[in-house]
Amino acid sequence: MEANASHDVVVIGAGPAGLAAALGARRAGAGSVLLVEREKALGGILNQCVHDGFGLFLYNETISGPEYAERLAEDVAREPIKVETGAMVLDLSPDRVLRVNTRSGYGLVRAGAVVLAMGCRERTRDMIEIPGTRPAGVLTAGAAQNMVNLQNLRIGREAVILGSGDIGLIMARRLTFEGVAVKGVFEILPWVSGLERNVRQCLMDFGIPLELRSTVVEIRGRDRVESVVVARVDEGLAPVAGSECVIPCDTLLLSVGLIPENELAKRAGVELSPLTGGAVVDQTLMTSVPGVFSCGNVLHIHDVADWASFEGFAAGASAARYAAGERPAGGTVRVTALPAVKYALPQRLTRGTGEVELSYRVTRPLRDAEVLVKGADSGKIYARKKSGRILPSELQKIKVRPAVEEDLEVSAHE
Amino acid sequence: MDRPANPGYDVIVIGGGVVGCAVLRELARYDLKLLLLESESDLAEGVTKGNSGVIHAGFNVPSGSLKARTNVAGLGLIYPLADELGVPHRKTGKLVVAMADEDKSRLEELKAEGDRSGVPGLEIVDAAVIRRLEPLARGRWALYSPHTGIISPYEFTIALAECAARNGAEVRLETPVEAVAFRDGLFAVSTPKGEFSARRVVNSAGLFSDEVARLAGITDFTIVPYRGEYLITDKDCGLRLSMPVYPVPPRDDPGLGIHITPTLEGNILLGPSAEPVDDKRDAASTREAMARLKAEAGRLMPGLARVSFIHSYAGVRPKVVDRTGRDKFGDFVVEESAVRPGWINLVGIESPGLTAAPAIAVMVAGMIGAGLEFKPRPDFDPAIPPRTRFAHAGDDMRAERVARDAAWGEMVCRCEHVPRAEVVAALRNPFGARTLDAVKRRTRCGMGRCQGGFCTPRLVEILQDEGIAAERISKRGAGSELFFGRVKD
Repeated sequence: MEANASHDVVVIGAGPAGLAAALGARRAGAGSVLLVEREKALGGILNQCVHDGFGLFLYNETISGPEYAERLAEDVAREPIKVETGAMVLDLSPDRVLRVNTRSGYGLVRAGAVVLAMGCRERTRDMIEIPGTRPAGVLTAGAAQNMVNLQNLRIGREAVILGSGDIGLIMARRLTFEGVAVKGVFEILPWVSGLERNVRQCLMDFGIPLELRSTVVEIRGRDRVESVVVARVDEGLAPVAGSECVIPCDTLLLSVGLIPENELAKRAGVELSPLTGGAVVDQTLMTSVPGVFSCGNVLHIHDVADWASFEGFAAGASAARYAAGERPAGGTVRVTALPAVKYALPQRLTRGTGEVELSYRVTRPLRDAEVLVKGADSGKIYARKKSGRILPSELQKIKVRPAVEEDLEVSAHE
Repeated sequence: MDRPANPGYDVIVIGGGVVGCAVLRELARYDLKLLLLESESDLAEGVTKGNSGVIHAGFNVPSGSLKARTNVAGLGLIYPLADELGVPHRKTGKLVVAMADEDKSRLEELKAEGDRSGVPGLEIVDAAVIRRLEPLARGRWALYSPHTGIISPYEFTIALAECAARNGAEVRLETPVEAVAFRDGLFAVSTPKGEFSARRVVNSAGLFSDEVARLAGITDFTIVPYRGEYLITDKDCGLRLSMPVYPVPPRDDPGLGIHITPTLEGNILLGPSAEPVDDKRDAASTREAMARLKAEAGRLMPGLARVSFIHSYAGVRPKVVDRTGRDKFGDFVVEESAVRPGWINLVGIESPGLTAAPAIAVMVAGMIGAGLEFKPRPDFDPAIPPRTRFAHAGDDMRAERVARDAAWGEMVCRCEHVPRAEVVAALRNPFGARTLDAVKRRTRCGMGRCQGGFCTPRLVEILQDEGIAAERISKRGAGSELFFGRVKD
């Protein structure tokens, strides 16, 4: 790696968002773009997603994760984009100096603009505080996916899956293919966290039981998992005494949520939203730190990779314009999520912005719902969308066409 | 086997916790042939790994007791020893806080006990001083102990053993003692890996010290296991604690009460609970204790009620009950057996055993020196070469290391910033500890907020590169293997 280099745009992370951000920056005219990836290959988590279902929106066909990564990587290779793989960014300062470590050298890199595209990490056993012993055989679904798909390792013989996130559902099918008995998927909420199509294709088609309103209350086994205790939960999500059931197994997979990986953003002083776990951004996807942009799962958790890529193209283009000296003019208004809407993004808009698409998620499944974007002062309806059914697992979009001159509130009603 | 299969040793130490390793390192000063036997897959796997990591000043134990004497003596030894071995530690000071005026007398009792034992610098301070010393703590009155500190118990233990090994001592892991015989003036110690004979044996088997003593025909003690559960915060939880904060010790509790302790890396430990368990290896966490810990933490430090915890763990303490059953949870036992001369029992070494270990080691060396003739080794090296973690190194040192060896440029752990070079060095430890937990303890891989989600697949690759078959990769030794072969052959 070239030490003390400077680039117009530096993109951190080369998954579906970061690859697109590098392309977006280049296409918007950035002279020098550096793409930094900690893995040996480009593609990020796509590389272990050997199943189908990617590319429906970006390429109008469904392809596997590695194929999706390859297509974006080929586009990157056609551009004069400098790529560093096996490179970890250890620090990012508010004035956009990065500390980068690679096998070919350690050094500082200066950036005219930075795009954060580090993706997310998985919630762990301890974050959800499962009591019990600490044996081998408890792992997150994504780590399991890596070891099964990329390293060809058999992680267990009999597995229980806690949580109904998409990776857990995908792994239920994957493990079944590999002869592992998947004894059930347990979800503490009354609804599934993953996509409906994954419930159908990964659980129902294989007869894998799915239990809602239930959770693992204890892990047993000293050296290796020997069993887990599951129990039903009440309305307050507390285990119901007497409903416990012991399930013998040697493996517990956790698919209990994803967290944007914002350690570098924190080091740079980026304001984070407690609702998304990602940065607070404006319509250009710029964070509270000027010149630092955010996209993909590090900004908020997406349901499909394509949306992360679209966000990446946009963030990359904004970063290129920032590096060229463009600055948003005027004050800002805030976008707030009201109950039933978990969050809406971007959270800030430059006054006068129109034709902006808001992303949002709902807190619970809604039927015959109407989503409203309203002016906080005037009560004016900026956008309205009716929907037969909205699920928390699906990232929603709504377009606001008029120029916005006041704070906005996004609400959903049945 | 009639004859010992191995050449005889002068001293066999049974148990590779902090006490056994401190004894081994102390004896390594002398011209002795030494062997340490550890049943688990790594050192510090028992009592040592599950505590608060506090260097105690010595006011919590009755003056005149062996606990108090070895604690106060150990306090004088442990700081320079940790410096010599390059083990991270910090003299933080400590507060024992009383929430109400009526508890002030309990602080005065503690201070008087500490003063009698020769604990230096104890002071009773008021609310204003508490706030100045530790803005996150609250209380009406506190006992302030300026010489209390923190240290990583397992890093200290591993460094002690490494120093001993560099000076010629042998360490064998996964070598449980199954039988002991006495023949021709020697102890013959049987293990699954063969029989070893020695002129002296030091029993520092922690939770199992009563069972090991029984193998030698000594039935004086019973160990009652007491479990203590802990929770650990994320380093970035927004709270920076500068020193341990304890409550006034509860009267009805055999421990010191649920307290909060900073780690050297900036996390906060919360715990321990204290309850008797049936199984000496029962280090499970329970829903009840976790809830109690959090409630208690909120009292000591209101901000803690809101933060998230990244890890929970439990330790099991060896409380000793003597044969009469009268001396319940009594003093440390550090004595040569009357029925088996040459056999030294170190039993019931619970808190403050971490601090006391260097002093206990000196006592044991004295007991062995009284019977065996031996002389100091002129070439004894008391130190091990200093190592700066990559995460703590400055830019120039990092750049220089990567330029010298590309393995410094390959990051394995994203949370704790551990490069491949540190993982490989850990795997090549002199004791042959090759488990994931062994790597974790030596490098911090897996101790961060992702709890191994990112680094475990990478560690699995590196372990295989280092010649360990995938099927043999384990969390902590036999029975805890991660894999059942390949998915596709």
